[in-house]
Amino acid sequence: MQPKTLFDKLWDDHLVVSETEGQPAVLYIDLHLIHEVTSPQAFSLLAEKGIDVRRPDKTWATMDHSVPSLGPDSSKVRPFVDDEAREQVETLISNCRKYGIPLSQMGEKNQGIVHVIGPEMGLTTPGKTVVCGDSHTSTHGAFGCLAFGIGTSEVAQVLGTQCLFQRKPKSMAVEFAGIPPEGTSAKDLVLFMIQQLGIGGGTGYVLEYRGEAIRRLSMEERMTVCNMSIEAGARAGLIAPDETTFDYLKGREHAPKGKDWERSIAQWGNLKTDAEAEFDQVVHLDVSSLTPMVTWGTNPEMVVSIGNSIPEPKSESEWKALEYMGLEARKPIVGQKIDVVFIGSCTNSRLSDLREAARYLRGRRVAQGVRVLVVPGSVEVKHQAEAEGLDRVFRDAGAHWREPSCSMCIAMNGDRLEPGEWAVSTSNRNFEGRQGKGGRTILASPATAAASAVEGCLTDIREWRFV
Amino acid sequence: MRPFTQVKGPYAVIPNENIDTDQIIPARFLKTTEREGLGRYAFYDWRYGPKGESNSDFILNQGTYEILVAGENFGCGSSREHAAWALLDAGIRVVISTSIADIFKSNALRNGLLVCQVSRAFHQYLVNARDQGLEVDLPRQRLLVPNGKHINFELDPFAKRCLLKGFDQMDALMDYLNQVEEYEEQH
Repeated sequence: MQPKTLFDKLWDDHLVVSETEGQPAVLYIDLHLIHEVTSPQAFSLLAEKGIDVRRPDKTWATMDHSVPSLGPDSSKVRPFVDDEAREQVETLISNCRKYGIPLSQMGEKNQGIVHVIGPEMGLTTPGKTVVCGDSHTSTHGAFGCLAFGIGTSEVAQVLGTQCLFQRKPKSMAVEFAGIPPEGTSAKDLVLFMIQQLGIGGGTGYVLEYRGEAIRRLSMEERMTVCNMSIEAGARAGLIAPDETTFDYLKGREHAPKGKDWERSIAQWGNLKTDAEAEFDQVVHLDVSSLTPMVTWGTNPEMVVSIGNSIPEPKSESEWKALEYMGLEARKPIVGQKIDVVFIGSCTNSRLSDLREAARYLRGRRVAQGVRVLVVPGSVEVKHQAEAEGLDRVFRDAGAHWREPSCSMCIAMNGDRLEPGEWAVSTSNRNFEGRQGKGGRTILASPATAAASAVEGCLTDIREWRFV
Repeated sequence: MRPFTQVKGPYAVIPNENIDTDQIIPARFLKTTEREGLGRYAFYDWRYGPKGESNSDFILNQGTYEILVAGENFGCGSSREHAAWALLDAGIRVVISTSIADIFKSNALRNGLLVCQVSRAFHQYLVNARDQGLEVDLPRQRLLVPNGKHINFELDPFAKRCLLKGFDQMDALMDYLNQVEEYEEQH
């Protein structure tokens, strides 16, 4: 048999109709996650055509983007930023009711960021095709799923047929050599990767992350890496499942049980790239001297090692980025004054991220004048964090402990930067205005963000006096 | 979607590289449940200043254009189809760049917004000669400039068929429901 990459196997397993020159493949979708922002128009399209939802049992909905991060007020009402946001959430609720789609509602156990709850509930399992009207669907690739973001009319297609027209992307192996030093995280690793590949480097490809540095990561860390595949232009990023994956999934609510579990593990064990298989492209990245990484500009390839100076701009767009950020070339990035710290998003809002941030904030106070928002990724994460007393750590330090939502990553729910403010953010995009019009985002790991909150400026955790 | 016919006229140049979908339509305008009327939000933060005043330096405030020539990696970032809807509603029918981000490209083509990838040399020529017009010949997959020169662009034959006939991929997918059922029985 011809050797195959993991991606080839996932692709071939889901072909309903093979592609020809004149027509893309018809690809079957195993899990469709939906949320309030990119689904309403899809349901309207279905209604216009009189088409029913084909497989509500393979669909799961939650609300995250427009949801307030503030809890209920004295009249037990969640303070939506405006009526439009509330109506969007209500539209999702009524669509789910109409079509019998399971929904994790605000405040319920598994409500939260769609890419946090899928894995948390055990809906995301190896070998599946997973789609969602959200580009960070690449997150689920951490489980050896073919997972990618789609547009709203594709959401309608999947609701109506459980399939999509797709051309097969090319494959790229990202081979990590070496073991990252202590004091670095999965976030630093993926920021380094995007710096090396560039924001368009993965366009047209599905990435497979490989090497010992990847194998040693926990599932939550692997999700952080796969999450940001799209920031290098790749719709999907994959990691072959292994014992770490199986340990994470065992016993989760929707994961297979009993004999099904045994059978599933045996099948999942085959989900790896065959020894002789060839990729369309191979990239080698040495991470043995990785450092904490941060962004200095207005897209996620504009990354610098925290110990280095802000680079000399090489293009007009880099000049513009520096100007927007209010930063100066050749100056150290460490020590840059900040106004806001955001710890959250589908990249870094899981329990391990919160524990890491708490390690730096425990027994300390955030610097005067710095606003710190900690937003857990799901109600489940929130409950676990509170059971460990992490909420007290954050509150005692002077940070805001909020309700699960995308919050300031996309600034749709009222949590946002004011023009000119600098933020250290554990999210995934530093585009102009992403966190609020005129806001300036520095992407970083939870550790860097938390230490910077204490210092009031961008901080190198390797040299931090408190560690 | 309506069939794509010939497009001919002046083009707007936004030379910036890596124009992300947050620039094409900022996230705060995504709270709508409608597809229509998003054109007024297209490039909102570039078109308007902090107090809502119109930025006269910005090309899309200087005229009406059906063709947009933009820098490399246009449409990177989020999967919001609102980006394609907003451009179409603002009158844009064709985007020309040296490269287009995957999800945006697919969203655009599904909605009748033609995206053309051209060589760096031709792109540079268009940027330099921005005061002239351009003709887009979809059936022959050619871009024609006034001096009689033309360049071919690549396009997925399926996307081309959908554009020319104005048909919806959803309808085409519905024709495969028997095969989908067979697939489900086998898996």
